Amino acid sequence: MTRHRGRGIASINYPIGMNLGGDPSQALVHSNPSGKFTVALSSIDLGQGMKSVTRQICAETLGVPVEDVYVDTADSDTGPHCMGSFASRGTHRVGNAVMAAAREARGVMMEAAAEELEVNAADLETDGRGNIHVKGAPHRSISTKDVAIAAQFKQGKTISGRGIFLVPLSEVNPETGEMSPATCYAHACLVAEVDVDDETGEVAMVRMDSAYELGRALNPRLVEQQLVGGAWMGVSHALYETTEPHYPEAVHGPRDFVEYLMPGPGDICPHDIAVLERPAPDGPFGAKGPGEMCANPVLPAIANAIYNAVGVRIDDLPITPEKVLRAIKAQGGARPQARR
Amino acid sequence: MSKIPLQFRHNGRDVAIFVDGGTNLLVALRELIGDMTPKFGCGQGGCGTCGVLIDGELHLSCLTLAESVAGRSVETLDGMKQGPNLHPLQRAFADNFAAQCGYCTPGMLMAAKALLDRNPSPSRDEVIEAISGNICRCTGYEPIINAILAAAGGRVSA
Ligand code: FES
Ligand code: FES
Repeated sequence: MTRHRGRGIASINYPIGMNLGGDPSQALVHSNPSGKFTVALSSIDLGQGMKSVTRQICAETLGVPVEDVYVDTADSDTGPHCMGSFASRGTHRVGNAVMAAAREARGVMMEAAAEELEVNAADLETDGRGNIHVKGAPHRSISTKDVAIAAQFKQGKTISGRGIFLVPLSEVNPETGEMSPATCYAHACLVAEVDVDDETGEVAMVRMDSAYELGRALNPRLVEQQLVGGAWMGVSHALYETTEPHYPEAVHGPRDFVEYLMPGPGDICPHDIAVLERPAPDGPFGAKGPGEMCANPVLPAIANAIYNAVGVRIDDLPITPEKVLRAIKAQGGARPQARR
Repeated sequence: MSKIPLQFRHNGRDVAIFVDGGTNLLVALRELIGDMTPKFGCGQGGCGTCGVLIDGELHLSCLTLAESVAGRSVETLDGMKQGPNLHPLQRAFADNFAAQCGYCTPGMLMAAKALLDRNPSPSRDEVIEAISGNICRCTGYEPIINAILAAAGGRVSA
């Protein structure tokens, strides 16, 4: 038995969002009489951090502390419409919608503050700590809470805003087949190193090194968390997950998630990640999306690393020990390729 | 079927309930005691998210007959924080972004607590071994391993 070390590389160009009849998301922002803001979305946060990131976007746009913003994603019946959390679209599409809604709400808030301070709204600015004051005269100031109270109980105004972000449907040019399905692309490159056992066909991850370009990282720790977890999912797709194999009979296939293989904590490897920030012109504060794309380069990089290690090209996922072993047998033994 | 009276300690408090014969501990905790911290993942011992400590030892509550804990002490995640203060493991999980959807977190924390209670300075391999019965779909495990090592090493924020 010999273990062969191999290294593979893959680069991806990942479109943010999708193009099935246009790609819209909506957001509503309103202030409560306490001066706190609620963002209503029907976009779902499954743990990726969309609530945190839309909260930051809203607070930054309104000019209020992040603690003063609450994001409600509880109900797709009562929240404004969203296409969904997929295709790495959350930060970009929903973030832009939140930004538009917060901008409108900020306009009303500044008008209400101007009325209280008896100045022109254009002469006001927020300090990001919950106060609005006259530019150049910070003592002429009112708290966002007092503005909210005045708007509610004196002026009869709703400090609120509506936002939608729509990437319209791109039709295919029937002559040329040309279309423009996305407005914004993220990029990544990943190097995977594996050990392939030529007696068992088993592939063990040795290490991964990657670089991701995903616009501005609005919350760097959340981005890192996505990239670490997403790469694990990539390994899982590449080497483990399938509702097959069911040979020789279908009844031998996995019946539930207990029999559905995924890599465990002992199967992971060191992963060094570099995040490159090149702000996207149409992203909220320059953000793209690190969601789904963080799993993508892993699969081809691993397939290439296996080829590099033993000279077999498996183009059918997942790359199970059996497939590797059959391919090695078919070519009459492992044929390690040159390491670059 | 007649109900069976059952008494045990739940997070340091005596509880008395009536259970149907065959009820598992997970159902007893969630539905009869109202402690929702142990989660139902698979109901067949494959995922670890229902993990609780029985007399300090890690058990899968979905596979434990409720009657078998009579007179014993059951610890769940609900009893982990001390008053308003998070347990160092909980702090370390937050600091290290060791939860995304959070569904595995109760089981991960109980498995980690069982480990640190008997081995306060585990190696990385011992941590991996301790959580190898727990499935996480989101984090890629690395942040969870790091969080447990940080808690063991006292490297947690105040
Ligand atoms: S619910 Fe008990 S192990 Fe999955
Ligand atoms: S955080 Fe989602 S399963 Fe672990």
